[in-house]
Amino acid sequence: MHHNETYDRNRQRFAGDSSTNIHTAERVASAVSGGALIAYGIKRSDLTGALISLAGAALALRGTTGHSQIYDALGIRTASSHANPASPYNKTWLSGTVHVNKAITINKSPAELYQFWRNFENLPQFMKHLESVTASGEQTSHWIAKAPLGYTVEWDAEITSDVLNEKIGWKSVEGSDIPNSGVVEFLPTSNRGTEIRVSMTYESPAGKLGSLVAKLFGEEPAQQVGEDLRRFKRLMETGIIMSVEGQTSGRKEFAKARAASA
Amino acid sequence: MKAVCWYGKHDVQVKEVPDPQILNSRDAIIKVSSTAICGSDLHLYNGYIPTMEEGDILGHEFMGEVVEVGSDITNLKMGDRVVVPFTIACGNCFFCKKDLWSACDNSNPTPETAETLYGYSGSGLFGYSHMMGGFAGGQAEYVRVPFADVGPMKIPDHLDDEQVLFLTDIFPTGYMAAENCSIEEGDTVAVWGAGPVGQFAVKSAFMLGAEKVVLIDHYKERLDLAQEQNENLQTINFDDTEVYDKLLDLTGGRGPDSCIDAVGLESHGTSPDSLMDYAKAAVFLATDRPHALRQAIHCCRKGGTVSVPGVYGGFLDKFNFGAAFGKGLTFKMGQTNMHSYMPKLLSEVEEGNIDPSFVISHRLKLSDAPMAYENFNVEKNDWRKIVLTPN
Ligand SMILES: NC(=O)c1ccc[n+]([C@@H]2O[C@H](COP(=O)([O-])OP(=O)(O)OC[C@H]3O[C@@H](n4cnc5c(N)ncnc54)[C@H](O)[C@@H]3O)[C@@H](O)[C@H]2O)c1
Ligand SMILES: [Zn+2]
Ligand SMILES: [Zn+2]
Repeated sequence: MHHNETYDRNRQRFAGDSSTNIHTAERVASAVSGGALIAYGIKRSDLTGALISLAGAALALRGTTGHSQIYDALGIRTASSHANPASPYNKTWLSGTVHVNKAITINKSPAELYQFWRNFENLPQFMKHLESVTASGEQTSHWIAKAPLGYTVEWDAEITSDVLNEKIGWKSVEGSDIPNSGVVEFLPTSNRGTEIRVSMTYESPAGKLGSLVAKLFGEEPAQQVGEDLRRFKRLMETGIIMSVEGQTSGRKEFAKARAASA
Repeated sequence: MKAVCWYGKHDVQVKEVPDPQILNSRDAIIKVSSTAICGSDLHLYNGYIPTMEEGDILGHEFMGEVVEVGSDITNLKMGDRVVVPFTIACGNCFFCKKDLWSACDNSNPTPETAETLYGYSGSGLFGYSHMMGGFAGGQAEYVRVPFADVGPMKIPDHLDDEQVLFLTDIFPTGYMAAENCSIEEGDTVAVWGAGPVGQFAVKSAFMLGAEKVVLIDHYKERLDLAQEQNENLQTINFDDTEVYDKLLDLTGGRGPDSCIDAVGLESHGTSPDSLMDYAKAAVFLATDRPHALRQAIHCCRKGGTVSVPGVYGGFLDKFNFGAAFGKGLTFKMGQTNMHSYMPKLLSEVEEGNIDPSFVISHRLKLSDAPMAYENFNVEKNDWRKIVLTPN
């Protein structure tokens, strides 16, 4: 694959091609879980462990190369024929336009979902990297996002379109550090709840700020947005975001932490 | 508190761990009065299920008393005696509303691995790997129960723990396996596996109107127990009888109308395909040993149903899909949609139509868990179902 040579051409193509980033998300998911399986398999020094490592290795290989031996053997092709410039394996995206399309279905009415989203101050409840959003006027808001090492990144945004219970668009104001814009649509279905479709674009600056931004949105923006949308769904459907964080276990760290606090 | 923790293949230990806490507003904490070891736990014990981590608390069959509730829990109060389904479900999502509780969209906090391996993730489960959410299990003195407004079912005082404990998994699991057979008048149901799940599948198949039920295993004691429990049951010991021939004979050459695989991914056997499975598992070429499932597919009559409560994890080898296609078989399977069955089966117990405690072979203390796992894994004749009580 020749990412760089085709980058400019694909960059344009990519803006209108949501299928490409699905493959990227799948690829990263493979790498992540493949890696987890390898790590897990290697920890267990027995046959099954080795087997799991092997399965993990196959997945991870698929993840990092976008290439699955199993799919190969079966003659299945999943990647589109054009390189994906937003791929973390093509570092050029770090200073350029990043475009993300994601969808999720939520078992609530468009009105309920629209209303929650339209109050931007609610967004940090499910958008992991937002510290706060403050309404500063009818159409304007101030956004603060968490960045690594205690940094924050801030910008002002204005609403560009607002159709009751259907659609909200926003755009950062002129001169923002991270020029960004997005639109979220709330599409009713016959009896499956509401389809939420998010489309976001941001300009990632070069240099130090650029790398902060890259970390902020993660190595894989589509996955990040996907996770945020899943949290939105859970919050809307169940009122909570189910977690096991902080639960008890027989892991040694626990015993140590307890001993230290006693 | 004390809890049964997993540390690796064939390594479970009873440890002193921190008490569980309410982590969100829909949680409750249950003080466990009884908990059981399941055939599914053996898949963890034998290292067949990936994404277990050292120190994970095991156990998904448990009941007890409510001792603490989150701020959104109004259906339970301190002191309520409840049984808790092993599948964790939110009650709000598309799947829960469709009674597909084990497919809940919102109860697995870490669905990514399952999504990669399966396309989509099922519900969270207690004590059953991080792929299934990493929830601490109930082989412990206390357990955190998420979505406690949806799962736990109150139990009237006049019923003993032993009569209702298996409403947490294996009774509904056997029942759903039989229900999935869509039993009609005159039907013969063949059940592979005389473990607790198979025992309840047999009872349920009779309850749902099967004319003949045939149970297949090679542990005599298990087959004998089922025979004592069900007068009209036929049994086949596969160590000394050719299963397909015998089933044909018992059905006048028609074959069973439906076949239930209550064995799962660790099938025993010495037939050539089964020996190949052992060999391949040993050199990392297969993840599961599906001998019983192959046989069930082979034996099932044309247009029949293969119902699979037995757990499978990954890629199955030498799976005769041609036979399934050629005979137009229907397949039904999956983790049990627990919440749909619990109230109905509780009333069966209350009305005295069934006493599920017949499957119990051992009553031990929580601290005996390591010894219990070891024996349950190999001594299948004597060790059938173990109930542990804290203290
Ligand atoms: N679907 C669910 O929600 C669910 C719930 C609970 C248990 N399960 C699964 O059900 C299965 C059975 O559970 P259990 O507690 O009864 O386990 P168990 O291990 O006690 O019983 C399994 C039985 O199958 C028999 N067996 C093995 N190979 C066989 C073969 N080739 N032919 C016939 N019988 C054979 C064994 O001798 C044993 O008696 C397990 O896979 C378990 O994980 C599924
Ligand atoms: Zn079980
Ligand atoms: Zn649900």
